[in-house]
Formats: sequence, C-alpha cells, structure tokens
Amino acid sequence: MSNSFDLFRTTEEHDMLRDAVRSLAEAKIAPFAAEVDEQGRFPSEALEALQGNDLHAVHVPEEYGGAGADALATVIVIEEVARVCASSSLIPAVNKLGSLPVQLSGSEELKAKYLGALARGEGMFSYCLSEPEAGSDAAGMKTRAVRDGDFWVLNGVKRWITNAGVSEFYTVMAVTDPEKRSRGISAFVVEKGDEGVSFGAPEKKLGIKGSPTREVYFDNVRIPADRMIGAEGTGFATAMKTLDHTRVTIAAQAIGIAQGALDYAKGYVQERKQFGKAIAEFQGVQFMLADMAMKLEAARQLTYAAAAKSQRTDGDLTFFGAAAKCFASDVAMEITTDAVQLLGGYGYTRDYPVERMMRDAKITQIYEGTNQVQRIVMARNLP
Amino acid sequence: MTLKIVVCVKYVPDATGDRRFADDTTTDREGVDGLLSELDEYGVEQALRIAEASGDAEVTVLTVGPDDAKDALRKALSMGADKAVHVNDEDIHGSDVIGTSAVLAKALENTGFDLVVCGMASTDGTMGVLPALLAERLGVPQVTLLSEVSVEGGVVKGRRDGDAATEQVEAALPAVVSVTDQSGEARYPSFKGIMAAKKKPVAELDLDDLGIDADEVGLAGSWTKVADITARPARTAGTVVKDEGEGGKQLAAYLAEQKFI
Ligand SMILES: Cc1cc2nc3c(=O)[nH]c(=O)nc-3n(C[C@H](O)[C@H](O)[C@H](O)COP(=O)(O)OP(=O)(O)OC[C@H]3O[C@@H](n4cnc5c(N)ncnc54)[C@H](O)[C@@H]3O)c2cc1C
Repeated sequence: MSNSFDLFRTTEEHDMLRDAVRSLAEAKIAPFAAEVDEQGRFPSEALEALQGNDLHAVHVPEEYGGAGADALATVIVIEEVARVCASSSLIPAVNKLGSLPVQLSGSEELKAKYLGALARGEGMFSYCLSEPEAGSDAAGMKTRAVRDGDFWVLNGVKRWITNAGVSEFYTVMAVTDPEKRSRGISAFVVEKGDEGVSFGAPEKKLGIKGSPTREVYFDNVRIPADRMIGAEGTGFATAMKTLDHTRVTIAAQAIGIAQGALDYAKGYVQERKQFGKAIAEFQGVQFMLADMAMKLEAARQLTYAAAAKSQRTDGDLTFFGAAAKCFASDVAMEITTDAVQLLGGYGYTRDYPVERMMRDAKITQIYEGTNQVQRIVMARNLP
Repeated sequence: MTLKIVVCVKYVPDATGDRRFADDTTTDREGVDGLLSELDEYGVEQALRIAEASGDAEVTVLTVGPDDAKDALRKALSMGADKAVHVNDEDIHGSDVIGTSAVLAKALENTGFDLVVCGMASTDGTMGVLPALLAERLGVPQVTLLSEVSVEGGVVKGRRDGDAATEQVEAALPAVVSVTDQSGEARYPSFKGIMAAKKKPVAELDLDDLGIDADEVGLAGSWTKVADITARPARTAGTVVKDEGEGGKQLAAYLAEQKFI
C-alpha cells in the first residue's frame, strides 16, 4: 500500500483550486443565492466575484490571455459554484459553451479577438442553437444566413438562449444551404451590438431563475464574412463537437447542486429532533443519506473521467460526455428530491435552500440535449 | 535595489473542525486538518500589495512547522508569493513563543530581509506577541497592529487604530510589522497562481542549518509549561431577562456587569 499511487484521485492543484473556489463561492456567491432565485435577477455579485478572480472563463487557453485551465479544473470551478448557486454556475458554464465553437473551429483572428475579450472580462459568450421549432431536432433549424458580398445577412429566431441580453458575444448556428440539412449549417459570431439583434422577454422558469433565458431575434443582421466560425457547412458539426465537451460541464453543475443539497440535509438531520432524538439516528434516514452519497460519488467519478477524456479529446468522448450528463443529472434530481424529503415540511418551503436546489436540478436533465437525447447519443456510440 | 519582504506564516488547525490536544499537552497537529492561519493571510496580502506597489520586490513566506505546514506555504505561494522557507525539525516540537521566535529570528537572518510582515496573532495560540519578540531578537524597530501599511523611500508607514485614538506610525527599514484583519481582504488564489506555486522554490531548513541547539527549543527549552488542559464546559442556557417593566434596565445592568458597556 502506498500513498503515492496517483490514479483515481485529483491532483493537489485541483484540490487547491476547489478550496479556493469553495471559499470564494461561500463568501461572495452563496449569500445572494436565495435572493437571486426569489427575485429572478441576474447574479451580478457572482459575475463580479468570478471575473475579479479570473474564474469566469477559466477554460480559455493562456495564449489568448486566459487562465488555461484543463477540462477537469473547469468542471471543479462549475461544480463548486453550483454547490451554492446553480444560476451563478451558468456564468462559467455558458462562457465555455458559447466560446468553445470559436476555440475548436475558429480562425486565429477570431480566437484572438473573441477569446481574448472573454478572458479579459469584456463580455460573456452565449450559444444559439435551439429554436422554437427545433429543440431535440436541432438540425431542423430555420434561421438563415445569406451571403451578400463580403457579408452574411442573418434572419431568424433562436429560443431558450442562456444569458441572452447580458452576453456581449453569441455563437449562432444558421442555415447557409437549405438543401443539405445538417451539412448546410454554418456557425457565426454575432455581437450584441450588431444592428438588427434584439431579445425577447425573459422566460418565467421553474428553476435557475437567476440565469436569464430569452429569445434572440436576428432581423437582417449584416456581419462581416470573417465572423464565420470554420468553413461553410461545418457549423452543425462544430455545434455537436462543442456539446461533447460541454455536457461534462452540465454534469459538473448537477453534481454541484446535488452536493449542496446533500451537505444541507446532512447537517439538518443532526439538528432536527423527533421521538426524543436526532432524526439522523433513524436507520431509515441513514439509508437515504447513504444512497444519496453513493449515487453522488458514482456520478462524480464518471464526470471526472469524462472531463479527462474531454481534455484529451478521446475517441469515446461522445459516449462519456452524454453518459456523464445523463447520469449526473438524473442522480442530482433524485438527491435533491430526497433532500427535500429529509427536511420534511421545512424542505418544502423557501426558508430552506433544498427546494431551490430541487427546482434547479431539473434543468440539468433538459438542456444541452434532454436525457432521452443523451440515451440516443449513447446508444449510437456504445463503447 | 530589490525590496526583500518576508512574511511569517503559521500552519494552524482548522478552527471550523475538531481541535484537540496531544498527550504531551501540545496542540494536536497530526490528527486534524490544518491550514494557513486566516490572520496570516492578511500578512501575505499586505506583503503582496507592498511588492506590487514597489515594482521591485521579492516576497518570501517563512514558516516553522511540521511536514504538513508546507500546505500553508503552498497556499501563500499560490496567492502570489515568490518563494518559501520551511523550517522543519522534530526537536522544535512543543516550542513556546520564545522558542519559536528564536527559530524564526535565525531563519530571518539566514534569509535576509528589509521588511518582515506578520499577522496580528495566530488563530490557535492567539498570543500576538511574536512580532515584538522577533523585532527584539533582530534588533530592528517594530510597528505592530497596523490596519494600513505602505513602504516609501526606505520607510514603512502605517495606521494603528486604537480604542481612543488613531496613530500614524512609521519606522526606517529594516523593520518588523504586524497587520490586523482590518488591513484589507486577502485575495483568493487564482488558477494560474495555483499552477505557478508548484514550480516556486521551497527551501527546507533544520536546526543544524540555522545553528540552533536542540535544547534551546522544543518542550525542554520552553519558558512556559502547560500543566493541565480542561475542555471548555458545554455552554449553559444563559441568562434570561423577563421584561416586566424593568427589562431594559436589567439588560443594561447585565451588560455593565460584564463590562460590555
Ligand atoms: C432554461 C433553459 C436554458 C437553455 N439554454 C440554451 C442555450 O443557451 N442555447 C441553446 O441553444 N439552447 C438552450 N436551451 C434549449 C434546450 O437545449 C432544449 O430545450 C432542449 O434541447 C429540448 O428541446 P425542446 O425544448 O424543443 O424539447 P423537444 O425537443 O420538443 O422535446 C420534448 C420531449 O420529447 C422528447 N423527445 C424529442 N425527440 C425525441 C426522440 N427522438 N426520442 C425520444 N424522445 C424525444 C424530449 O426528450 C422531451 O422529453 C435551453 C433550455 C432551457 C429550458
């Protein structure tokens, strides 16, 4: 037996990063989580704290002015923020989702300009794939981009866009050749200030209420041709490749939310007394906590393994990204629901954080592809 | 000339965890989680701010402690300090503040310094006298308990907030200062800082390296002895003041009796 066996554990640096993000999140983000949810307002304190400590987009490579964090470090940042406030965790998560198409497929000029601006905190990045009529079947999108000399002209509607309105930069997938379906889709960088870009009213949601979700309208938006990400017709492939990586970050969000709920419930059962003793002394309660911790740890191990695959871009990343997202989000839903159960009637009220966590957990089963879609992806990419 | 700043930091048991004593009446540092003393984070922060303002400075963090104390150094390095010195020797175990200050003073002479920065106290021992002992041993001025500090033209200046008055104090370098928890929020380590910390030099020294005899330090060399330890009794129910018209007066009387007002 030896303590120097370094498989199946995170490095000292990853552990130090977790400590740093946890203290930051507890001091600067947690105190506003209930209010952000209650008022459905943007968590500006979290944005400030994350940007102030260079944690808002840690994935941006150092050559573009970023922190250059690996995929596992990025997961740890998102997980620790989600543990105290899921809405706030969408800041680092969606900054990665929105900008990764540029990082994976963009020209050097696009990368330098937009990844640099993101890293410097000049603006956040959103990802525009879904449409009113194209959700799970994203390739069925209608937003059109038509070439006009050195420009492309965009028209259409994107729906469910996280951080729409607060983000400065948008990766937008649009049809450039309607004959070719998914191979006729291209990706572009659109700026909030481009003429013809506007936003719908914020959606009224069950959870992640602090994270604005809005429609984005493109009304004859003329953008220079060099804002196309990669070659014409590669936009859908880029969008899917992006999701392979970022589904791991949704898994991170799910385990973070679940950890927050488990930590809270663990403390509560020690304090709450019924039948003359702490409810933690009842085996029925202990078994629930044991199951919650077991599922959470299994989800975390799968997520970290997937993060390592994301960092290396392993051939089986598509399966692992979908599996981690699907498993971790299902588990987070179970754990947060059980946490509410362990708090009894109190858990059902907004005086305690676990009902918020339960509402927040639900979205992780839906976005970046519903868990049905994840199962389709897994089935097509069985290891 | 490069301004040499040395911050003395302590690795202490996590105050939010279970703190215990070992059989020899010393603080148990083995069985409990430890960390960089929160009060020393303020020292590291002020040292880094002085270094940033000076443009030509080097920040060294110095600790006397067991193997695990390297975690405290690593944290300070990840916040931005340039290098670290770890004095680690079995024979130091059990030293009181007299012994610890002797080791630190020798280590400081060994490292060289223009400015020594300390926290206001440790969160475990909470003596708060170490900076003064250090200054005495090193034969340099001390400016302690500063809530504001800066270095200009070879002089360290600062503000000390007392109960009755606020003092502006200064001393010519080299000097020892201690800073309070009001001096400014300590930064969080950034990802880059954490990655960089790994590559920064940590010098390991023992008593031989510093030319200190084992019997000057440790339990044997300590001027103080801990005779006995009793855990603090569980909290009692407290005093309940029932308001039957005279509640306010009773509260005031209670506070006065406890010397709060
Ligand atoms: C809060 C929020 C934030 C979001 N953020 C973004 C964002 O930033 N960018 C972005 O582009 N999108 C975003 N989305 C969109 C999200 O990814 C879609 O909602 C999701 O992909 C599902 O699409 P849909 O809502 O149209 O559901 P539908 O596709 O209509 O699905 C309805 C149901 O049918 C099931 N279903 C559909 N097809 C199949 C099938 N083949 N087999 C089995 N079951 C099937 C689904 O699983 C689901 O249960 C967000 C959504 C929400 C709610």
